[in-house]
Amino acid sequence: MQSVIGAHGLGGKSVSKYSPTSIKRDFVQNRSLYLLAIPGLVYYVLFQYGPMYGAIIAFKDFTPRLGFLGSEWVGFRHFTDFFGSYYFWRLVRNTLVLNALELIWGFPAPILLALALNEVRRSGFKRTIQTVSYLPHFISTVVVCGMIIRLVSYDGLIVDALHGFGMDRVSLLSRARYFRSIYVVSEIWQKAGWGSIIFLAALTAIDPQLYDAADVDGVKRFQRIWYITVPGILPTIVILLILRLGQMMSIGFEKILLLYNPLIYETADVIATFVFRKGLLEASYSYATAVGLFNSVINLLLLLAANKISRAVNDTSLW
Amino acid sequence: MGRKTLSAGDYVFYTINTAILVTFGVAALYPFLEVVFASLSDAIELTAHTGVMLRPAGFSIEGYRMAFQYRGLLTGYANTVYYVVVGTTLNVTITGLLAYVVATKALWRNVIIVLIVLTMFFQGGLIPRYLVVRSLGLLNTRWAVILPVLINTFNLIIMRTFFQGIPDSLEESAKIDGAKSLTIFIRIIVPLSGPVIAVMTLYYGVSHWNSWFNAMIFLRDRSLYPLQLFLREILIEAAYGEATGSVEEMGAAYQNVNEDILRNAFIVIATVPILCLYPFLQKYFVKGVMIGALKG
Repeated sequence: MQSVIGAHGLGGKSVSKYSPTSIKRDFVQNRSLYLLAIPGLVYYVLFQYGPMYGAIIAFKDFTPRLGFLGSEWVGFRHFTDFFGSYYFWRLVRNTLVLNALELIWGFPAPILLALALNEVRRSGFKRTIQTVSYLPHFISTVVVCGMIIRLVSYDGLIVDALHGFGMDRVSLLSRARYFRSIYVVSEIWQKAGWGSIIFLAALTAIDPQLYDAADVDGVKRFQRIWYITVPGILPTIVILLILRLGQMMSIGFEKILLLYNPLIYETADVIATFVFRKGLLEASYSYATAVGLFNSVINLLLLLAANKISRAVNDTSLW
Repeated sequence: MGRKTLSAGDYVFYTINTAILVTFGVAALYPFLEVVFASLSDAIELTAHTGVMLRPAGFSIEGYRMAFQYRGLLTGYANTVYYVVVGTTLNVTITGLLAYVVATKALWRNVIIVLIVLTMFFQGGLIPRYLVVRSLGLLNTRWAVILPVLINTFNLIIMRTFFQGIPDSLEESAKIDGAKSLTIFIRIIVPLSGPVIAVMTLYYGVSHWNSWFNAMIFLRDRSLYPLQLFLREILIEAAYGEATGSVEEMGAAYQNVNEDILRNAFIVIATVPILCLYPFLQKYFVKGVMIGALKG
């Protein structure tokens, strides 16, 4: 886990590399090479940098007739509107709470799964469990949400079970207080298996001699895990944890968009879904862009902070 | 780990560990089984059923019959196949070309990489993206589903990492022969890149198969809808009881007890291709994770 992006000097080492003569020589030598990059670069310019430029409408009153350039500047009005709105704290709270719950329950899940799989002695059984646990990763969000809705509907299996414990038969997605649990449990179901791959890979790097030595000393199973296995994958855990902390304000909103409904906005509505509704359903383009931009900026700051911490703690960083 | 006789403590440990894993496996698999069983059930018996399903309640293929009668199914299937085939071909080609350029020693590669990597950390956001697609005149065209996701930067990095592993000497000898870059790419790089091309094809292909959000915001015409959008209407909007066009299209049959078997049959039909590919997907996807992780 040295660097996720690559150690290939993002800064460029020397200025003289870009001297007029070397630029000229490079162009003569690599002209046909640069031609190959054009389609890809056009994509980045149009569909990545285009929207970045378009985000200036957060400071304007965008009307399609006047376009990105012609629309009138309004400064930070959309931002102050949002900060002062009734929804602001609810959206920030829901985004953070869902993230925090997913961190607390969802982050350890793949690690525990990898540790448990690592202790399996029959490789056939191990492979079977792995195969089954990766499956949800390949299924579309729409289908996953369809399954969730079915399981938690008033006659679904989960409500059947809860009914056995004396709960009323209600569709769980119509009650705000259940949404967080539904979200987190389904995230674990979808992601734990797939997430375990990276830890299983880290586990293979542990020196088998350590285990042999432990066997000779008659070390107990749990102690082997705690004193050999866990320290072996700790660097991976730390790096992934820090990366995860850098994403505390971003959330995979497709699932929420498919699962939520006005009855449960109180716990289910997050910044991203709010942006979708305001911008695309109500056509408040500038306001929604401002809300989205606020979220992106926070995300960027969190990620930069996470990277800084990572560099200090682990001597490893994203760039 | 050498095999030796187990102590009592070890025995307890293995038993508990196995039990936990079996529970997890069953929990991961059960929702799929329930869908398959429900799709093959008799509609009325299914309504009466409560609790865990270990086999279809009654037996009927009525759900599948209704699903195939539903107009959206074939339209959606055909469109999705189009998006997967055309989209993935373009994805892999364009990603590969750019990845090749930034994997070489060309002078401007670092500038290009910085520009690309910046987009991983900061994006314009949903609304500007929508407005850009609209201003390019792509709304309600097939290109709106394909072009905005032409390159996935993570995939680009995976390809670049792979290309960097190809020995320079092979390219150098071709360069001396005066071959143009495109020729080198096609004749030397592509034939050596089978594994990474397979991984990329599957990554992009599966993401096209499963994607719905871009189609939802960019397409109006139902004749352009991918399968996942029809699925969404049936599984989610109808489940919430929203009045949508699809409900009327389904006719009276939809309103009654049949809707549950129909929904489940639809899920099965829409997911079967993924399940058929699953053995390959699993192998190659894991490989992709490894190529990515090696870098990391």
